[in-house]
Amino acid sequence: MTLFTLLFLLSSCLLVYCINIEDNVGQFFSSGHTNNWAVLVCTSRFWFNYRHVANTLSVYRSVKRLGIPDSHIVLMLADDMACNHRNPKPATVFSHKNMELNVYGDDVEVDYRGYEVTVENFLRVLTGRLPPSTPRSKRLLSDDRSNILIYLTGHGGNGFLKFQDSEEISNVELADAFEQMWQKRRYNELLFIIDTCQGASMYERFYSPNLMALASSQVGEDSLSHQPDVGIGVHLMDRYTFYLLEFLEDIHPASKTCMNDLFKVCPKSQCVSTPGHRTDLFLRDPGSVLVTDFFGSVRKVEITMDSINLTSVVSHRKEEPAANGELQKEVYSYSDQLPVSEIIHQ
Amino acid sequence: MAAHRCGFLPPLFILCALSVLTVTWTQETIPLGSHRAAAADSKPTDTKSVAQTTEQLAVEQRQWEATEVEEATSAAAAVSKQDNSSPEDVVQTSTPKPKDEFQEELVVRPLHSGDIYASFQFRTLWQTDFTRERKVSHYGLFPKSLGQVISKFSVRELHISFTQGYWRTMQWGQPFLSSPPGAELWVWFQDTVTDVDGTWKELANVLSGIFCASLNFIDSTNTVQPTASFKPLGIGNVTDHRFLRYATLPREIVCTENLTPWKKLLPCGTKAGLAVLLKSEKLFHSSFYSQAVHIRPVCQDWQCKTASWELRQTLNVVFDLHNSGQGKREWSLFKMFSRTLTEACPLASTSKIYIDVTDNPEGEQFELSPATALLSQAVVLGDRRTFSVYDLTQQITFGTVRSLNVLMRWKSSEGDMLRPLLHAERYVAGYGLQTGEIHTLMYNNHPYRSFPVLLLDSVPWYLRMYIHTLTVTSKGKDNKPSYIHYQPSKDRVRPHLLEMLVQLPPNSVTEVTVEFERALLKWTEYTPDPNHGFYVGSSVISSLVPSLVALDTNSTWQRPLFSTFFPCKEESSYFVRVYTEPLLVNLPTPDFSMPYNVICLTCTVVAVGYGSLYNLLTRTFQIEEPSPGLAKRLANIIRRMRGVPPL
Repeated sequence: MTLFTLLFLLSSCLLVYCINIEDNVGQFFSSGHTNNWAVLVCTSRFWFNYRHVANTLSVYRSVKRLGIPDSHIVLMLADDMACNHRNPKPATVFSHKNMELNVYGDDVEVDYRGYEVTVENFLRVLTGRLPPSTPRSKRLLSDDRSNILIYLTGHGGNGFLKFQDSEEISNVELADAFEQMWQKRRYNELLFIIDTCQGASMYERFYSPNLMALASSQVGEDSLSHQPDVGIGVHLMDRYTFYLLEFLEDIHPASKTCMNDLFKVCPKSQCVSTPGHRTDLFLRDPGSVLVTDFFGSVRKVEITMDSINLTSVVSHRKEEPAANGELQKEVYSYSDQLPVSEIIHQ
Repeated sequence: MAAHRCGFLPPLFILCALSVLTVTWTQETIPLGSHRAAAADSKPTDTKSVAQTTEQLAVEQRQWEATEVEEATSAAAAVSKQDNSSPEDVVQTSTPKPKDEFQEELVVRPLHSGDIYASFQFRTLWQTDFTRERKVSHYGLFPKSLGQVISKFSVRELHISFTQGYWRTMQWGQPFLSSPPGAELWVWFQDTVTDVDGTWKELANVLSGIFCASLNFIDSTNTVQPTASFKPLGIGNVTDHRFLRYATLPREIVCTENLTPWKKLLPCGTKAGLAVLLKSEKLFHSSFYSQAVHIRPVCQDWQCKTASWELRQTLNVVFDLHNSGQGKREWSLFKMFSRTLTEACPLASTSKIYIDVTDNPEGEQFELSPATALLSQAVVLGDRRTFSVYDLTQQITFGTVRSLNVLMRWKSSEGDMLRPLLHAERYVAGYGLQTGEIHTLMYNNHPYRSFPVLLLDSVPWYLRMYIHTLTVTSKGKDNKPSYIHYQPSKDRVRPHLLEMLVQLPPNSVTEVTVEFERALLKWTEYTPDPNHGFYVGSSVISSLVPSLVALDTNSTWQRPLFSTFFPCKEESSYFVRVYTEPLLVNLPTPDFSMPYNVICLTCTVVAVGYGSLYNLLTRTFQIEEPSPGLAKRLANIIRRMRGVPPL
């Protein structure tokens, strides 16, 4: 009798346990991505565009704080503001007035800087068509399980974004680049954020699946800058990114905030322009997408108890004893730094 | 992140599962532990040729714990090797092979203008020989990123520097190691490389990734192959200049993103030792900042039969007195770097701070605290200087407060600075955007000795130099160089290269003049900000300057790092390299809004012209009667009603 009740208890508990596991597994694999990448681009040059660099660096700082390592971030800054000779506080870029928050930090790694930030390089980074000798830190090595965050800021217009005052990228080119990425399976899901004037025009032409886009203003509206700093003499941030930074400061790696809250960042009362978003190409419901799916690097770990046999280390130490026996007959010497007579008779 | 287990699990099930798991776990740790030990066995270096596994493990552990003792014994062994005159084989098998070594030092030199010059040097010695074509997979103190670069590109020597600001020789004297503004890269390849240009381009790309700099702009249009300058600074008997490449990017900016990867190359990082002081907010708020990496093969010992790789990381910075706040002249580590020192790097064999007190023998100029009894003399830049030394490996240096803040307070500022013997300037003369002249002035301030200098000029192709207008004059008379090498430029392919060996007469100014013409670039070749101007890289002047005191050419042991960079072969002169300013020239720049203006103008002209012609040809005229006034219309209506013809 007691055995029967014990068995009954055990089976019911097992059932409950299995259901729980199912639920957890469902939650575990809901997003489908295994790694996170970020491509952050500032496209403006010259000192009075300080705010665009500050925008990009504040997103960089948030993304790094939430866990994406430098090796997975491609940071492109078209001009150097921190060590600019006009900067009264060198090696700093501030986002809040009265120099409250230095978004430049002490361990920043910029991958593309100065004249390297061109439309061609940006598209090459996205599509992966880079020359063979490009170092790893300059490549976007994403795969089909990567969630990518792309952030663009600068001066823009209806259907284009200006790069460094000399060239533009159009919304058609951008849409085509994303389609190339989709066809080459270079992303699982992509979040595109743009903070320029008439930013919504840049995502009008997207047609690839799994894209979510956010813009700081609609077509016909200008994105405005936030506040100037009297000490530095320029506007420090743009409004949309300023409130985006404040929103992200409250996010931590285990936070459950979802995308719907991100869409509410910077309403018209704060931003003056109307931020827009586009989710029709996105397969999941934005209410179930976590902010950390794109901004953080949340690694899902599966613990296994099996042991794995590593292959044996290549043994090339056998050559050493033979080498020890021989003697170095030749004596090395330093070269003469300025051999005048040798040079004259060359 | 593990999923949150919010369901309720029966304790019985947990207990069973746990018990099963613990049993299996203990069974697995035993084989894992032995596997780890086996892996450790295969790691030890060349020193253990034949030994038992357990013995190896035990010895390995002992070595890991007591590194300081090992360093002392190896240093003692090295010293004993010097005195010993026994044959080679006995020495080789009895003493263990020296291990990797790391040394760090900081030299602080007050400058005459009130500023202060701080020079960090970090030196890592790697005891391995690449020339034997062996694959190396064990990296100790030497950074793996640079080790792989050296082996993949068959580099014999690599020198790269990033500088912000210009070194003012007349106000500050000579630096320990000079560098031009911007980025400079010069490399000697091994003689096994077949395609030097291709390897050079790939190497520049890889280094741009390592140092977060845009070194990928180095290509054939700004690379030169000097024929007499830039001899290798490391050991080596062959100097075929086909394997040398030199390039400079004067426009390159240095900022925290270049310092971050540079700091990552240090064995202790920024956690301990002198590198703790390297904070970017203070370092870049200076008059001059320069960081460099030098890799070269050096002699392992005084006999110089084997080579080892040396990695030197140098950082030179000059802090401005008025920029950093108070008016009175007082410098301390905290004021310069906003940090104090608490310990030496545990991996360093020596960690020292040298304060230059040559101008302060009795303490009458400035007062140095905390006081230190260690004094050292070194011959550097041809002069014997005295230094107060703080040894950070001794716990007593940090005192009771466990932190070291070296403070210098000035009482009087007298005395003149010794004029530097060699000094150079360069400027562009002329007017307009068609032609110009480059003037290079070299000053020899020695009262009676003349010495030779080697001038290297690399001018971009868009300044077309007329070499027939080259003149070299000293004291008003023509000074014929004893060696000239000129390679003309090729448009969009390579720059001009001019190398000259000139003898500078004593106490004189030598002026080198050459005229040039500015080229018109294609509209796609202009930078996004062409009105800023285009840079011409600094000239390099290498010279053997007579020294005031006799130099020691023999052994390089027990000398501070800053005095051992350039190998010295003569006693009476020392080698120095001086860089001039880079030039900024304006090229004729088109108005980039012109295409838009032209389109508007043309379209307007076409519209007006064609439109008028079309109208003239196709318009027909019809006669139309004017409509009558209101009174007449009323009258016409009444007349029609009456049946009378209208007006």
